Amino acid sequence: MIPVSSLRDHESPRHSAVVRVTHWITVVAFFALLVSGVEIFISHPRLYWGEVGNVQTRALFQLPIPSSRATVPTGYGYVLPDQNGWSRNLHFEAAWLVLFCGLAYGVAGLWSGHFREDLLPARADRTWRAFRSVIAHHLRFTRPDASEVYAYNALQRVAYLGVVFVLFPLVIWTGLAMSPAFDAFLPVAVNALGGRQSARTLHFFVSGSLVLFLVVHVAMVVLAGFRSRMRAMITGRVEAPPERI
Amino acid sequence: MSKLSRRTLMTRGLAATAGITGLAVIGRMAKGSGLIPPDHCGVYGAGLTLTYAAQRLLAMHTLAREFPRSMISKTPFANTSPDPGDAFKLHQAAGFADWRLAVDGMVARPASLSIPDLRSLAVRSQITEVACEEGWSYIAEWIGTPLLDVLHAVGVLPQARYVVYFSIDPNWWESIDMADAMHAQTLLTWGMNDGDLPVSFGGPLRMRVPRQLGYKSVKYITRLTATDSLKGFGKGLGSASPEDGYAWYAGI
Repeated sequence: MIPVSSLRDHESPRHSAVVRVTHWITVVAFFALLVSGVEIFISHPRLYWGEVGNVQTRALFQLPIPSSRATVPTGYGYVLPDQNGWSRNLHFEAAWLVLFCGLAYGVAGLWSGHFREDLLPARADRTWRAFRSVIAHHLRFTRPDASEVYAYNALQRVAYLGVVFVLFPLVIWTGLAMSPAFDAFLPVAVNALGGRQSARTLHFFVSGSLVLFLVVHVAMVVLAGFRSRMRAMITGRVEAPPERI
Repeated sequence: MSKLSRRTLMTRGLAATAGITGLAVIGRMAKGSGLIPPDHCGVYGAGLTLTYAAQRLLAMHTLAREFPRSMISKTPFANTSPDPGDAFKLHQAAGFADWRLAVDGMVARPASLSIPDLRSLAVRSQITEVACEEGWSYIAEWIGTPLLDVLHAVGVLPQARYVVYFSIDPNWWESIDMADAMHAQTLLTWGMNDGDLPVSFGGPLRMRVPRQLGYKSVKYITRLTATDSLKGFGKGLGSASPEDGYAWYAGI
């Protein structure tokens, strides 16, 4: 059987316009969310579990970093400048951008079959043996073969599906659960997570997972060929490798 | 250019035009319906407006979560406040016996209320969480007089769209829209956990707005005024917070 992706090689771009545009908007928004998120976090670098938590209650743990508030005992002899005002405004504006982007990507992905064809691992690849083989390839740092210029490998597909359908929805949910007005609207959103402070802690770890994904993602792009992968995500075009004439 | 791509181009052009027109229409409607926050100017205006409008459309009259007595924090955290000044210290020395709340602006009967006046007007207690924008929180029982009852007593005019409230510290003031001002849980608070409201938690009188973050719950309230426009207050951004870079609406 001919893989679906190779049928689409030369008529359609490697990445559709929707994928490319939403990808790069998400890159910008994610960077804004990360910088502003770190700024907000350092005003209280302690994490708790349950509904409430403050400097007088026991923390799950405290990051060994200085804080932008004098009320947090950090052991450092100085207090960082307060950047929370613009950080919060930027954080929520970028969150709206990610939300709209994600909705557009999600609707377009369902409509065009992007999820089914490009992200869901092919039936033959949905076995442990197939996964073990892809993982072994990665661990040996084998350069991707030519077919991977045109389609994602199974491990890549699972990682992208995880980011799109697990991590992003979770990071939005745990973020919204910290909004007092949203909690008044939908109390179960925060109660189901174990309380407001649990939501904050989960938000921290889900964000950390997204950063981990970003690091691995960029490393893999570099390993696979930075210029060609970037060209594909910017222009949508790939150069046909010689053996595929 | 092929026929197909011309058609695609036209479809996309039409979709874009429809989108922009739609946004403009929504913008106009939002302005008329009071869904634009007073600090909507500037680079973060779009985000601030989306958040405020979305939360108002979804949750105009919903109640903040209330908790069982067993969840009241044993160690509530009294955040540091700016020094409220000499006038406050005089009141404190006198046991706050002469503390008055001035109510003016778009009201039929402007008034000056003592804390016993407030107590005789209406009493409500609720166990809600104070959530600071920094990330920490605690739960306490708050006892006070709903702002709603004060506004009814002074005959708030139907044109009023916001209530502005001031601390004895002249640099500390906030405002809320009528949805929060007339909200059952918005409390002019004078008691906490079965006792008087301690000074460190805002005593003798604190505005509690449990559907918004802690910084909207201003301590040491001396005056509130009903208005149809926030333009005449400070820099016209709605409260002291936007002047320091923080959002006027703090429901998130």
